Order: sequence, then structure tokens, then C-alpha cells
Amino acid sequence: MSEDEKQGGTGGRRPLVQEWPLWEVFIRSKQGLDHKHCGSLHATDAKQAIQMARDVYTRRNEGVSIWVVPSNAITASDPGEREAFVDPMADKIFRHPTFYELPDEVKHM
Amino acid sequence: MYTQSMDTDPETRNPVAKVSAVGRPEEQRFQATVDAEGKIEPRDWMPEAYRKTLLRQISQHAHSEIIGMFPEGNWISRAPSLKRKAILIAKVQDEAGHGLYLYSAAETLGQSRDEMMAALHSGRAKYSSIFNYPTLTWADVGMIGWLVDGAAIMNQIPLCRCSYGPYARAMIRVCKEESFHQRQGFDIMLSLSKGTADQKAMAQESLDRWWWPVLAMFGPPDADSVHSGQSAQWKIKRVSNDELRQKFIDATVPQAELLGLRIPDEKLKWNTQTGHYDFGPIDWDDFWRVVNGEGPCNKERLAARVKAYEEGQWVRDAAMAYAVKRKARQHKEAA
Amino acid sequence: MSAKVEYVLRFGDNSLILGQRLAEWLGHAPVLEEDIASANISLDLIGQARLWLTLAGRIEGKGRDEDRLAYHREQQDFRNFTLLELPNGDYAYTVVRRFLFDAWHCLALDALSGSHDTDIAAIAAKSRKEAEYHRLHSGDWLVRLGDGTGESHARTQAALELQWRYTAEFFDSDAVDAEMAESGAGFAAASLRDEWLEEVTTVLAEATLKVPAAAKFVSHGKRGRHSEHLSRLLAEMQVLQRTHPGAKW
Repeated sequence: MSEDEKQGGTGGRRPLVQEWPLWEVFIRSKQGLDHKHCGSLHATDAKQAIQMARDVYTRRNEGVSIWVVPSNAITASDPGEREAFVDPMADKIFRHPTFYELPDEVKHM
Repeated sequence: MYTQSMDTDPETRNPVAKVSAVGRPEEQRFQATVDAEGKIEPRDWMPEAYRKTLLRQISQHAHSEIIGMFPEGNWISRAPSLKRKAILIAKVQDEAGHGLYLYSAAETLGQSRDEMMAALHSGRAKYSSIFNYPTLTWADVGMIGWLVDGAAIMNQIPLCRCSYGPYARAMIRVCKEESFHQRQGFDIMLSLSKGTADQKAMAQESLDRWWWPVLAMFGPPDADSVHSGQSAQWKIKRVSNDELRQKFIDATVPQAELLGLRIPDEKLKWNTQTGHYDFGPIDWDDFWRVVNGEGPCNKERLAARVKAYEEGQWVRDAAMAYAVKRKARQHKEAA
Repeated sequence: MSAKVEYVLRFGDNSLILGQRLAEWLGHAPVLEEDIASANISLDLIGQARLWLTLAGRIEGKGRDEDRLAYHREQQDFRNFTLLELPNGDYAYTVVRRFLFDAWHCLALDALSGSHDTDIAAIAAKSRKEAEYHRLHSGDWLVRLGDGTGESHARTQAALELQWRYTAEFFDSDAVDAEMAESGAGFAAASLRDEWLEEVTTVLAEATLKVPAAAKFVSHGKRGRHSEHLSRLLAEMQVLQRTHPGAKW
């Protein structure tokens, strides 16, 4: 196992080439209901993310309205019983390595 | 489409890290949650070995969906009616969707899709061995729906109750969408079985090729499956390979009879005592050969995937470059 | 064959052949999200083809259904634009082709939605909604590729140069067009040119692409004179129906 693999999800590894950012997709299945989280996808910007969400997550008429949110814009609460580590309140909801913005000069990390 | 019992990676057949016997409080809490059929979510504490096992299984499952697009995709351009063509496109598209849901679920465990794909492309990651067999006739498209998806559904339904929340949710979505896959396969077989002599022969020839590889898809016998005990304790894997295989055979034999097809197993026989079908020995050497890269299509499948990825690089780069430029322009206008 | 049957076949064959080409991308697209999007568009197009071909068979009254028409005609009997049968090329080529066609398709379906023939109007109205999304999708990608990187820009401009000459056919009128326009069931082919050009030019400008010079060449796929590529496409598409005459699938 390499050092990288040991680091797993907590490391700020970046793919070799720049991967498209991750977006969270929320769908309102019908008028009168809340938007509900239904998954994620990769897209370069919001417009494209909306288009792709339509194709990916509403192939069977699942929705009347779509929200997309950059995954790294979501702030999550702390899961209740955390003892060993107290993560700061602003911690991010998912442990995706792509959260970490590196300068362009840094190609591999 | 499908996950095979994934205890096939030699490196991981021996658990990387055992859960230390009822150790720290967070470990106890974790196991108590799992025992009580609770769900583990991405930010919850989890044993490192649990995370790795899941990451391996979910990403292999995702890869299987993606590679699984090829054998059926091979017949889209030649589908024998426009209706069949539309159904097949929708089905292969679903597989792309399922791959995407599963990559998303795996990403919550801290690996990016590109990293998972790199593992696939380099041959480090495995995918279901069944897709390394060729689709030589239209009947093979029916066979993949009827048998391969049929086997997959047996495997996947228990996964909807998997202890890891994102995986369980992805599987619920997958299973819901897949309900039509097996039926369309059976429907193709039904048309062939009611068709001309050539069509009937096509169906039988296809079953002769697919039957044994499909049985092997459920993975090695329980006795040889080192990893299953741990996965069961974690409620990642909930039904054993042999149980699923038997269930599949029991369900499929009557369907084959209905289609007028002969299952290529001399030893296949109903056992009144056990209430199950007895069946002949599976050629595990063939299975391991295919898993280890020596199947009929391993190299082709992987090469096709790598080619698509590499040829798509300039497209992905362009879209990213455009988004960056556009954002910069908007900032400038705002300033 | 009546002008109306021929006219309806043109729409059916356009959707069928482009749908067939687009489906070739499934499993091979640059990103998983695009596999899914391309498949949606391909599915829309094949759905449209089925409606048009069924209607053509019904008007013709010789008992030919959608599959008889799709699988048992020779290449010279197909009525699609030549542009749509050309091999896919790279993603830029595919996007450019789709955008040029999608922009025309929206205008054509708009015009047909007002057809005096209620069957034609109904299929056009249904297809119009789908075509609108297709145009948004291909237009969006055209801008991203045109204004993306140096490489994507060059590839997209090259794809445009190669395909531009096939667009004259969209507006080239023949006796079938004239008769259909005259009867109020169709529209005058040339009437869409200005609006199409204006719209395409606007998007190309946004994509930082140059509008190629008009060519003297005019393709005639819609009259049944095709490129070398169609018969090969059909040989593949029709193989099972041709090998097993009379079989049901």
C-alpha cells in the first residue's frame, strides 16, 4: 500500500489532470414537495450541471425542478457523538479530494 | 447491472486490516450501529478496513456497469427493430447512469472518479468477469438481460440494505431502474423461442455459451471466500455466494423450460429432499483465468475504455478551460 | 410515391440516421455524463423516426410499417440529408453536425407545427420540444469547444469547415418541397435560410468560430443521392432483418 492510499479520503490528493468539479443534485419530484438530494455529478459550471442533472437524474420523469450546488459550497453540521476529533463547524460534508484547490504549478500531489 | 461477489482480488482476499477485537469506544459504537441495522454515513467514524472494503466493492461495481456497456452496446447499431433499438439504448444508458451513481457513492469515501478510473485503466481494479465474454449474436443481448441481469438483481437487492448509506441509496435507485432490464432480456428470448428454426437455434447456442459463466458470476464457493465473514459482519455483503447461486438456478430452470431451451448441464436435476436443483461442477479454472485477464475480451474491453477516456481528454479540458475563462470574465464585469 | 410520403420520409430518415450515428457514442463519450445525454438525444430521435415512418407507411397504404421502411429500403430510397450519414469523427465533429442540424430542425418543426395536415402537425409539435433541448445541448457544447482550448478551437473550426458545405441541402428546394409548400402541408425549404443563418452565426460568434465561406457544392441526400457512407451504415443496421427474412424479433 502506498502512502497515498494510507492517507485515503483525508488527504488532499488531486488527480493527474484536472477533474471536473463535483455538484450535488436536488430534485423536486412534484409541485408542493421539497427538493430532495438525489446524488451528484461532475460538471464544469452551473449551467452544464443543470443540463447534465436533467439527463442523468430525470430520465424517468422524476422531477419538475432541479437545483445544483457545488459540493464544496455545502457546510455540514457535526455528526453528534464525535469524541476523538472535534472537527470545526465549517467542515465540509463530503471527503472528496477535489475540494483542495492547488496552484496550477503543482501538478501531482 | 451488476456486482459479482468481489472477493476476487488476490490482494484484498486477505483483509487488509482486521477490526481490532472490540476496541475503542468509536469502534464499539460503529459495530453497534451496524448490528442494529443502522446506517453509516460519510462523515461517521468507520474502521479503515471497512472504508477500503467498501471503496473496493463500490468502485468495482461501478466499473462493471461501465465496462458492461460494451457487450450490449455492440448490438445497438444492429438491433433488429426500431423498438428493440430504443429499448437497448435506454438500457445501456441506464448502465452509464448506474455507473455514475456508484462512482458518486464511492467518492464519498474519499477517492475521486478519475482516480478510480485510473485504477481501472491500469488494470489494478477489477470488474465483473462476465463482461469479458463476447456478444456474438442478437440472442446474447437477450441472454445478458435474462441471465446476467437476473443474477445481478439477486445480488443487488440485498445490497439495498447495506450498512453504508450512500451505497444503499444508490442501490435502491439502481434496483428500481433495473426492474425492466431482466424483463426485456426475457422478452427477447421469448420472441426467439417463438420464432424461426434459425432463431431457436440462435437462442440455444447462446445459452450454451452463457450458462456456466453466469453461474460463476456469483463468485467462488463460500468455503473458498475468505473475505465474506468480515463483509457479513459489517453488513456489506448479506447473502452468501452459494445461497444466491442456488436461488438463481432454482428460479431460472423453469424459465428455460418455458422458453423451450435446454440447460447445458447433464447433472441438473430437481432434488425433492432439499427442494432445490442439484447441478454439475463449475469450471473455476476458467473463472479465475478470466478474472486474471485471460478471458476472450479482457484486453479489448479495457482498451475501448482507455481509448474513450484518452480521446475525451481534450474535450474535458476544453470544457474546463471555458468555465474558468467565463468565470474570470464575469468577475471582470462585476469589478 | 406521393410527395407527401416522400416528404414525411425525409423527416423520419433524418431522425433515424442521426439517431443511429449518435448512438455509436454510447460507451465511448468523453465523460460519463455525456454518454447519458447523447443517449437521451438518440432516443428522442429514434422515437421521432418511428412516428414519421409509421405515418409515411400509413399514407402510402401499402402495408409498410416503421420496421419495413427502416430495414428493407435500399440506400437510394433513404431521404435523409447527406450531412447526417457522415461518420462521427471526433467529438467536435459530432457537436458541430448536431448543432447545424438542430438549429434547422427547430425551425423546420416550428414551420410544420402549422401544417394543414393534422398528423404532420402533431408529430412536429411533439418533436419540437425535444429538438429545442437538443439545440440547447449542442449549442452549449459548440460554445464550450469553440471557446475552450487552442486544440478544441482548432478541431471545432476544422469540423465546421468540413461540414458547412453540406448545409446548402437544407434549403435546396425540389418538386416535393414545392408541392408540399403549395398545399400548406409543408414549408418552402428556402424560407428558413435567413433565420437559420442568423441564429447559427450568433452562436458561432459566441464560440469564437468563423463562418465558413459558402460552397458551390450541394448534396442531395434528401432526393436519394447519398455519400459512400450510407450504404455501409445501412448494411450494419439492417443485417438481422436482411439475414432472416420474415422473422419476428
